[in-house]
Parts: sequence; structure tokens; C-alpha cells
Amino acid sequence: MIAHLILRRLLGAIPSLVAVVVVTFLLTRALPGDPAAYFAGPAATPQAIEEIRHKLGLDKSLPLQFVDYLGDLARGEFGQSLTTGQPVAQDILARLPASVELTLAGLILALIVALPLGVAAATRPGSWIDHLARVVSTAGVSLPVFFTGLLLVYVFYYLLGWAPAPMGRLDLFTSAPRTITGFFLIDSLLTGEFATFRAAAAQLTLPALTLALFSVAPLARMTRASMLGVLSSDFVRTARANGLSRGTVLVTYALRNALLPVVTTLGMVFSFLLGANVLVEKVFSWPGIGSYAIEALVASDYAPVQGFILTMAVLYVTLNLLIDVLYGLIDPRVRIEA
Amino acid sequence: MNPTLRHIRHVLSENPVTGLAFAGFAAILLLALFGPLIAPYDPLASNTDQALRAPCWEYWFGTDHLGRDIFSRVIVATRLDVQISLAAVALSFALGAPLGICAGWYGGRTDRMIGRVVDTIMAFPLFVLAMGIVAALGNSVVNIVYATAIINMPFYARMARAETNARREAGFVEAARLSGNGDARILAAHIFPNILPPMMVQVSLNLGYAILNAAGLSFIGLGVRPPTPEWGIMVAEGSAYIVSGEWCVALFPGLALMLAVFCFNLLGDGLRDIIDPRRRT
Amino acid sequence: MNLLEIERLSLEFRTRGGTVRALEDVSLAVGKGETLGVVGESGSGKSVLSFAVMGISDAAATVTNGAVRFEGLDLLGDGRSALDELRGAEMSMIFQNPRVALNPIRMVGKQIADVLSRHAGVTRDQAKTRAVEMLAKVRIPDPERRARAYPFEMSGGMCQRVMIALALACSPKLLIADEPTTGLDVTTQAAIMDLIGDLARESRMSTILITHDLALAAERCDRIAVMHAGHVVEVATTAELFAHPRHPYTAKLIATTPRPGVGLAELEPVPGALPDLRGDLPSCRYSARCERRQEECADGPLARLIDPTNAHLVACRRPL
Repeated sequence: MIAHLILRRLLGAIPSLVAVVVVTFLLTRALPGDPAAYFAGPAATPQAIEEIRHKLGLDKSLPLQFVDYLGDLARGEFGQSLTTGQPVAQDILARLPASVELTLAGLILALIVALPLGVAAATRPGSWIDHLARVVSTAGVSLPVFFTGLLLVYVFYYLLGWAPAPMGRLDLFTSAPRTITGFFLIDSLLTGEFATFRAAAAQLTLPALTLALFSVAPLARMTRASMLGVLSSDFVRTARANGLSRGTVLVTYALRNALLPVVTTLGMVFSFLLGANVLVEKVFSWPGIGSYAIEALVASDYAPVQGFILTMAVLYVTLNLLIDVLYGLIDPRVRIEA
Repeated sequence: MNPTLRHIRHVLSENPVTGLAFAGFAAILLLALFGPLIAPYDPLASNTDQALRAPCWEYWFGTDHLGRDIFSRVIVATRLDVQISLAAVALSFALGAPLGICAGWYGGRTDRMIGRVVDTIMAFPLFVLAMGIVAALGNSVVNIVYATAIINMPFYARMARAETNARREAGFVEAARLSGNGDARILAAHIFPNILPPMMVQVSLNLGYAILNAAGLSFIGLGVRPPTPEWGIMVAEGSAYIVSGEWCVALFPGLALMLAVFCFNLLGDGLRDIIDPRRRT
Repeated sequence: MNLLEIERLSLEFRTRGGTVRALEDVSLAVGKGETLGVVGESGSGKSVLSFAVMGISDAAATVTNGAVRFEGLDLLGDGRSALDELRGAEMSMIFQNPRVALNPIRMVGKQIADVLSRHAGVTRDQAKTRAVEMLAKVRIPDPERRARAYPFEMSGGMCQRVMIALALACSPKLLIADEPTTGLDVTTQAAIMDLIGDLARESRMSTILITHDLALAAERCDRIAVMHAGHVVEVATTAELFAHPRHPYTAKLIATTPRPGVGLAELEPVPGALPDLRGDLPSCRYSARCERRQEECADGPLARLIDPTNAHLVACRRPL
């Protein structure tokens, strides 16, 4: 049944993917900068540029260009980066794990804080923890993520000296672990390089915390609201009337049901998180695809920007797919009707 | 006293923070209007002798790396940031509300087509889409407004659709139809005024998000160019000095940004209380 | 000794709009193996009373006076800590709208097993087996398969059977059935009531049947207590209550109940509405609706006329 559900969701994601590819293509055509002029070199005659334009297929009609574009995508051909001189696909693949590791670490941190906070606020309405949750929810969404990142750097690096300099995934004296998953935390554990693990964790802490601060708000808010609803529901009353222990009532009965709207919110949270990721990568010189795109933007190097947008969008569609499947795992109503 | 005013007064007395948010909103608008008159220094005048000074009597917020007065720059920047977010939100409202109302009213194919457009926008992480739009349209302030408007449009469309749908069968709509009003007139004169209050809550919450989005774009070098004073770009300029401990260059514009967004969010929550006290969370 | 004794119980809800005095001086007793009906309009405090007995009242509720004794144990005082162990084991409750009263995302067999492994001291595996046995006991066909079903896959009647299985899993001594047939169709209603009656008789279980339906109570209960606006206004055996109602409200209620030989047109509703339970109330809360009202009804302690021969109890100064 799960396989059936996944298949259905995969099919359901196809329109989103098509939309993403079309929009990216249109953005690509609108991007300034003439690839033909670039490939022809600075000294080329207009005639030579025209020839190259023809060779690249840029003189064809828009639908035909779209077909070419699809062909390029199918072959994993994202163009060449001017700044790094490498194929964009290769650059992005090399940098993607850094971004994903950071985003996931931020999300996990946020969940660790937001779920208990939301539950505690809902079980004790009007208490100090409820007020705390309210303040966090409103203040959290007001925080400009690049600004909180800088504040954290100032406090924990400059003033207290607890955190390492905000200079990427590892300090200068540590070398990267052998690539297995591309996630430094996991790879260093797998290869048993615990010093590397500690260094990577130290570098990751502040940027992940910045992302977490920002995404705790919507998650805590949703957890609190949905937990409040579930706690006053009839089936929780039944569970209490049957004398089930407080823990069972709270976790097995209330929380599992309350998680459903929270899982739905995750979609929106990921949208914000992936965007905020770009800013956080800039603040912490994090070598992910966000800072790659920013460098390219500044240098008016557009092939990496296209690759970046497409990658982010595909990543986001994939995450939404995972969220759908997760929802189905929790809620039998979705699973069985599939 | 009329009941609406009494209700507003009741909500304000229940939650004084809302009153504070209204006051803050007024203050932001005043700063946006009269900022350049209040600013003690020319926000663009550099004075390298006085570079990177800590806050003091002469320079309340200190000076930046070019010796420009940060206080003046923060004050003057209010206008640009407020302009960008107001324009973007007005634009996404003007785009999203009619689309949503049509989708909710006509249903069927219209609904599906509009839904497809909205879903396409929502298929992207919104900030990333905004980056792409600004990169494609060209690096300018106007294009930041367009990009912000486009990524916010789905929220208005979805909300207007849901609210219209809920009122499609309402008594007052039926009455209007029976007295011979056409679709266009019913939508403009009956549906729209009724869905306006909940939409205003969204507008207020969205203003904060629009400012954050615009500041984020200029932080990564899109849209606003130096030396124009704008909060996002000022934080970006200050970010280089944080690691060496010169905090005031980034702190004050960052705080201004944060306070403005906080104020808009509180205002949104407060408006929600006034419009629908039951939906308080 | 009675199984359950409720003595002069008063309960308030403290809300923003004021204090709601939802129960006042409520006294009731349930004997072993007895079925007691509690009837009244919605809002009369029937459910509030049952929640208070089970100790699952809303957080805004405060018991201001009185005692609830279960087998002599004071559930509001010394026995408070034992309540967790009693609920679901010695006393349990079934609710109206069974489809929403079950956890929507947990298999029904597991929900029954949860109760068993909490109270019956059995392993998880044994609990599963016993859950299937319970489903068979409440006459659910194909219990093995049904144990793995979710509430949304079952009809309302099936869900109510599951609720009964859940409540009776640990063979409680007291079952509180709060409008157990509301929201079910008529044939299912009878089947559910038969099932509850049969299972209660088998194990000499006491039952409190809470309903707004006087006819249903007449059919199923040994004794009936009539509630109005947080007061118990009359308690008597079913036969006595219908033969000689003494409280004007009871008489009106009976007049509103459809019965053979009386045309629907002859039925008249009880005039007036339940009073607002906030602020000052007259000592007889029915007096505003009562045709036999006199000056003295508004104040002074409420009269309790007790007929010692058949324990007929009335809270009225001018009984019929």
C-alpha cells in the first residue's frame, strides 16, 4: 500500500516538475548575457557570433529551443560556469551536500525545539511557557535570517570565542573526510575521524542555529494550535476516560494526530528554509549551492544561476513528495484511500 | 459609541500590544515620509576621518567604513524599504485578489487554470524564485518589487478563492442576484467588500515578509545598489566588520529591519483579533 | 452499600464571561447491577456530572463542594490518586458520536489493547488476543480482520460497538453511557442498547444511562433521575416516575415524550428555555418556567419531599 501511495505521489509531482522546467527555461531565455557572444570570445566579429549562435541553436524558435533544453537537461548538461571554468552540473553536485546538510541540520534543530515547546504551550494554556511560545512565534518570523546569523557570529565568535570563525564547513587545519555521502558529519563518523567530526560540528552549529531560530516559529505555532485542537477532541477524552497513562494520551493519541497539520506546514517551512539557506551560506561563507549562485550572480555568470534555480526547485518538489509520503505513513486515511 | 469602535477598544484593552503595533506602524510611516528632514547628516556624505566610530554624542549609531552617519542612513532608508514593500504588497493584492475571486466564484476550468498558475509559483522555494526573477528581469529596485509581488501573489489568490467560495451561496449574494445584479457587480460590490477584512490581515502580515524578502535580495547584491541607504544592503556592508568586532554598522539597520517586520506582524495579529476574536492562536 | 454515591456535588466553570454554576447540590446513588437513567434537556448538566464522576472534567471546571464515592472511596478527596487506576478498569464510559470518539489513526484492535495493557497486567501479545475476543463479544463479525481496521473504515454502529468493547475490556463495575445512541440510525440504536443491557446483566455491572430521550430511559432503566439546569429535580423508579410524576418539570417532560395512544399533535414542548447559569439564580432554577410558581419558590432552601416507601425524591415546594 505504501508503494502504491509513493507511486501515486510521484505521478502527482510530475505537473510540478513540468511547471518548474518550463519556468526555469523561460527565466533562462530572459536572463541577460549572450552565450554566443561569450563563446565567440571578446575579439569575435558579429558574423562569427552569428555562426556560433546558429551552432548553439539559439536562432531557432522558442519551442524548438525548449526541446533542445529538455535534451540538455536529460543529459545532465547545465552549461559551463565562467567563474570556476567547470561544468555547472559538476559544480552543483559537488556543493549540494553542503547545502543539504546545513538545511537538514537547521530543520532537525528547529523540530527538537519547536515540538516540545508547542506541546508544552498547548498542555498549559496561559502559563509562562505558553507566553514564551507566543513571543517566539511572533518574534521568530520577524527575524531577518542574515541579521540573526551576524548577531550570533558577533556574540559567539567575537565576544565569547566559543564558535570558530564563520569560514565554511571546516577550519583551515582540518581536511575533509573521504566522501561517502558528502555530509561531513556522517562521513567523518563512518571513517572514524572523530576530530574531523568535532570540527565539522563546530562549524555547522552557528549556521544551523540561525536557520533553526527562523523556522522554530511557524513549527511551534502550528504544533501549539493543532495540539490545542486535538487535546479537546472527543478521542482524547475517550483515552482519558479509559485511564490511559498521561504519556500514552499525550504522545500516542494526541501528538501523533497533532503532527498531521505540522507535517503539512513542513512544506512551507522548507520553502522558507531553502531561501534562508542562501542568505545563511553567504553570512557563513558556506560552500553550498547558494553561495555558488550568489558569486555567479555578482559576476553576471548566468549558467550557474539557472542550474541553481532548477536544482533548488527540483529539491523542493522532492521534499514535498517526501512530506506527502510521510503524511501517508502517519495517516491511514490517506494511505488506504490511495 | 458605535459597536465596532467598542469592539476595537475591547480588543485593544485585552491586548495592549496591538495598540503598540499601531503606534509603531504610525511611527514607521512618519519616518518614511519625513525621514530625510529628521536625519542629522547627509546619508551619502562620506568622511573617512570619522570611519567606523562607535556610537557617541555626535553619531548616535556610530559611523560606517566610509564615515557616513549610520543613524541618518537608517532613518533615510525607511522610505525606500517601506516603498518597496508597500508597492509589492499592493501589486500582489491587485493581482491575487481578482484571480482568487474569479477562481472561487466561477470554479471549474477557470479555477483549475488559476490554480495551475498559483501551484507553479508555489513549486519553487519562494526566495529562490525571487532571485531568479530579479536575475532575469535585470538588477533594479523596480524588479525587486515585481519579484516580491509575484512570490506573494499565491497567498492572496488562495485566500480570496477560499473566502469567495465560502460566500458563494450566502444569503446576501443570493439577494443581490435576485435583484438583477450581474456577476461583475456582485463580485465587486458584494463579495469583494466582504472578503476585504480577512485579506487586510494577510496584507499586514505580508508587509513584514515583503520587507524581509527585499532586504534579503539586496543583502546578496540584487536590486538596491550602494551607496543607496537601504537596511538589507547596510547589513551586508556591516557584515564584513562583524568578525573584527565593529558591530554597529550591521546592528542598527538590522534592528530597524527587525522592528519594522515585528511591528507589521503584531499589527497583523492584532487586526486578526479585531476581525475575528475566535481565530486567536 | 451502593456502588456509587454522589453527595451534594457542586461544580463551577470559571470562564471569561463569568462563573457558570453548572452543578449544584447534586445527590445520586447507583446500586450494584442497577441501571440508572439520567434525563434532561441538553445543557442540564448530565454530561458535566458524568465527566466529574470520571474525573475528566474540563480544566476550567472546579468542584466547589460535595463528594463522589466509588465503593466507599472518595474520588475527590483521598481516593483522587486511585482514580487513574479506576478509570477504564473499574468504571468506564462510552460517548456519543462514536466515529469521532475513537482515535482516527490507530487500529481499533490496538486501541482496545492499549486499555488492556494499561490495566489488565497482560503483555502486548496477550492484549492483542484479548482485544479480538472483546470485538467478538460485542458481536462484531470477523473480529480478527476488524481489529486491524481504522474507525473511518467502519459504520457508526460498528464504532459504537468498538467503544463498548473498549469500555468493557477490563470488566468494569460501572459503565456510564453518555447518549450512546445519538447519531446512529434507529435499528442500530436498539441493537446497541440490547448489547449494553445484555453485557451489563451478564456481569452484574451497574450502568448510568445519560440521555435526553425519556422514552429510551423508560425502556431500559430501573430508576430515573431528572435533571434541570444543574439540579436533580426528581428521582424515582421508572414505573413510579411515569405513574406519579411529582415535579412540574418531569410532568412537562413526560408530556413531550411520544408514546402509544397519544398523537404527535398533542405533544407540547416544555415552555421557556434553560436559565443562564451565570450570576444570581433563584433557589429553584425551574421557577421562571413553572406554571405553579409562587413567591416562596425564588428563595430559601429547596424543599426535598421524600416518600420513604419507594425512595421517591422531589426538589419542589409545590409538588404535584
